[in-house]
Amino acid sequence: MADTVLESAPDVLIDYDRSEQGDLQTEEMLVNMGPQHPATHGVLRVVLRTDGEIVLEAIPHVGYLHRCAEKIGENLRPAQFIPYTDRMDYLSSMNNNQGYAVAVEKLCGIEVPPRGQAIRVICAELNRIASHLVTVGCYGLDMGAFTPFTWCFREREMILDLFEAVCGARLTYSYITIGGVRGDLPEGWIARCREFLDFLEPKITDYNDLLSYNHIFLKRTCNVGVISLEDAIAYGLTGPCLRGSGIRWDLRKVRPYDGYEKYDFDIPIAVPGGMEGRPKGVVVGDNWCRYFLRILEMSQSVRIIRQALDQLPDGEVLAKKVKNLKLPDDEAYAEVENPRGQLGFYVRGDGSAIPYRVKARGPSFNNLSILTHICRDILIADMPAIIASIDIVLGEVDR
Amino acid sequence: MTPEEICKRLQEKFGETVVEAALEGGHPHVRIAPRYWPEVAVFLRDDSRLAFNFLRSVSSLDLIAENQLACIYDMNHIPTDDPTELITQTHEFSVRIVVDRDDPVIPSVAHVWPTANWHEREAYDLMGIRFEDHPDLRRILCPEDWVGHALRKDYEFPLEYHGIPGTTEYEMTNPRH
Repeated sequence: MADTVLESAPDVLIDYDRSEQGDLQTEEMLVNMGPQHPATHGVLRVVLRTDGEIVLEAIPHVGYLHRCAEKIGENLRPAQFIPYTDRMDYLSSMNNNQGYAVAVEKLCGIEVPPRGQAIRVICAELNRIASHLVTVGCYGLDMGAFTPFTWCFREREMILDLFEAVCGARLTYSYITIGGVRGDLPEGWIARCREFLDFLEPKITDYNDLLSYNHIFLKRTCNVGVISLEDAIAYGLTGPCLRGSGIRWDLRKVRPYDGYEKYDFDIPIAVPGGMEGRPKGVVVGDNWCRYFLRILEMSQSVRIIRQALDQLPDGEVLAKKVKNLKLPDDEAYAEVENPRGQLGFYVRGDGSAIPYRVKARGPSFNNLSILTHICRDILIADMPAIIASIDIVLGEVDR
Repeated sequence: MTPEEICKRLQEKFGETVVEAALEGGHPHVRIAPRYWPEVAVFLRDDSRLAFNFLRSVSSLDLIAENQLACIYDMNHIPTDDPTELITQTHEFSVRIVVDRDDPVIPSVAHVWPTANWHEREAYDLMGIRFEDHPDLRRILCPEDWVGHALRKDYEFPLEYHGIPGTTEYEMTNPRH
């Protein structure tokens, strides 16, 4: 058969000798991805060194949103700095408030009342669900699936309504503060929250049907952007990015804060033997594992919130001695588990009301630093899939 | 391992290199002489009992009263023997390198923990500490032509940057606190 074709059309054969003489040549090209690009989730600029469709090297350039929040923190009282932490990781402001509050409480030795702790846990876990919903929805959007985005944002809207009822804000809450939370839950809120959880749980199955096991989505995410466990630890990855490489490490279990030890929940990870409902072709540490862990974590957050609502103790929500707070001449470093990983704050006091030094260790900043390492010899089309699976928020990378 | 045990192990191995140990207070740490830091870092990571494989954070600190700059390396151990088991135990520690403010040079440990690469660039950018043998020591958050290091206590805010107005004279002379 092949011979017949050759005999009938001999003059269209490529002259390979000529191509070697320079008619066809490849050339490396530098391509700017961003800073204004829908798939970089903010103002991230990645300089790609490409050879045709292949990315040889990807170098991220960050800092477009830099506001030097740490310097601001050295000029404000801790309670005044809380609103600035909202603007770091603006998709999970509650968790950021909590991060700074936990660090200052550790420094000053403040005990949060049990009811304050439980409300913190409820809000932090609700915010985790809201943040993961954005991640899951936007991942679909980046892969060309628009419907999951609208579905996820419908549920997220309900969480924002719940937060609005609690503190009046929909995105930058400043609700969790030094010593507890700013006010008690409004009347009827607990029932509304339960109603929402009942609504959300069956929807998680819908996301799986719609996106997680979608054939095209699997083709774009399975065995792409694989991060080994050694690399994940060496590059300081945390959160779903670390657990996606197969290690059961979560600060809520390792060093429980705000009473997380009282709740019964699991830490989902990607395991070699098989993950619940894992399709063929998935490798531990790839994009799909990181994506799917966020779906599984949503169910665990629902579990935690239900328990916290059931056991909600009575009493105060704010510690007594937080007014006119003087920071001791000491220092502390504390971390909390953000939706994106470990958010750490180093706070140093000098005896006055204003910290001498505030340093934020953001999870997105560390997670993004592995980009150059994993984006070698991959297709350009895989770049958005990898960036979206790392799930960065530029407000916190740049601070 | 408790901070006391970690400190003892370091002192056994390196002796005089451990300049100072502050194990009381909210943030136990030891001070290491700058020139021995990479050697100590490799030991901290590779020793089977310490095994600090995870560098959490690198904070820089301006000790202007003592005319010094400091770098604080926070690290912890992540057990990887059986990763599918739930990890509930870890140990953590902190190392401090203090250098002269007039010539702040610290040997880089980016080859020991790759995550130190970006953290040290951040400390270079905002505090002006230079890291020797760093693979790519450039500013990371500020533009490359930015003047000064913002987190130093004597930093003067620019009045303008490429025609963009910055701090006003009034704010300069009347700080809020």
